[in-house]
Amino acid sequence: MLNSYIIPIIVIFILLYGIIRKNSVYDDFIDGSKDGLKIVIDIIPTMVAMILAINIFVGSGIMEIFKGFYKDIIPMILLRPVSGNATFAILNNIYRFYGVDSFLGFLASVIQGATDTTIYVLALYFGSIGIKKTRYALWVGLFADFCGICAALIVVKYFF
Amino acid sequence: MINVIWFFLIFIGITFSLLTGNGNIGEIVLNSGINAYELLLSIGPMIVLWSGIMNIANKSGLLNKFSTILKPLLNRIFPSIKNSKAMEYISSNIAANMLGLGSVATPFGLKAMKELDKENKHSKVASEAMITFLVLNTSGVTIIPMTVIALRNYYGSVSPSSIIIPSIIATMVSTIGGLTLDSIIRRKNAK
Repeated sequence: MLNSYIIPIIVIFILLYGIIRKNSVYDDFIDGSKDGLKIVIDIIPTMVAMILAINIFVGSGIMEIFKGFYKDIIPMILLRPVSGNATFAILNNIYRFYGVDSFLGFLASVIQGATDTTIYVLALYFGSIGIKKTRYALWVGLFADFCGICAALIVVKYFF
Repeated sequence: MINVIWFFLIFIGITFSLLTGNGNIGEIVLNSGINAYELLLSIGPMIVLWSGIMNIANKSGLLNKFSTILKPLLNRIFPSIKNSKAMEYISSNIAANMLGLGSVATPFGLKAMKELDKENKHSKVASEAMITFLVLNTSGVTIIPMTVIALRNYYGSVSPSSIIIPSIIATMVSTIGGLTLDSIIRRKNAK
């Protein structure tokens, strides 16, 4: 219930704030969406590459060694810290095979929304200033993701 | 790293399929193009639209306002940072991340790292403040996971946005978990 109000409320709030500040909201929208288009064009190659790899990997049936929903969730959890596009491809497959409103579809959606590409961000940020010794950063980052996944499991059981 | 992972996903998949006779790889390769097209078609326009909306928030100073609200909280998380510029960039980065403005957040994040690097005397070893910032950044709360909602909508979900509250709860647990472990390690190191 509450969920379906969040987006409209945020949109109207942002628009009103822009108008009150006497900004040209339409022009700002167009400028921003042009940046959005650049983002979309940038992700096309990585998306195509990751969908190819994930589809071959999952299509080979190798994950059948795991039972139940683990065979779909484990690859997602393992790839999440490295590539958001790879897990997006998995999410897409889960929606296709099990349905978007299935338990698995709901769980995978929350995991995707609640975790991040920890290893990728670490490499990008530390790399930019030439840090060689990252100490305990990786473990704490992955622990945070692990907490998020556990919480997703519990929360989804409650909300579903 | 991503090169190795990408290679092994394909290599293991094809090898396993050849050995067991599972799956038709030729067909999968052909269908992957169609899948990619559909996926981009479903989330692409939403990314464009949401970037437009969020740019209004950015240009009107709403994002700045939001990061000012976050600052007192962040000051408590980073008591050791004396550099006010670093705090400025950190709060802008976190605020932009919360609103799902990844492309706005990253430049602020990199600038924050540069300031923290100065405080760290350009050492090659990560400082505690840097690690805390990264934990906060990667576990950070995204208020609206827009791309996931767009994909759910594309697949005809009865309630695409029903994941918002569960996602916020899960991501908050992740942030608290990460920061707790981080502060435990800090305290141990300080002894």
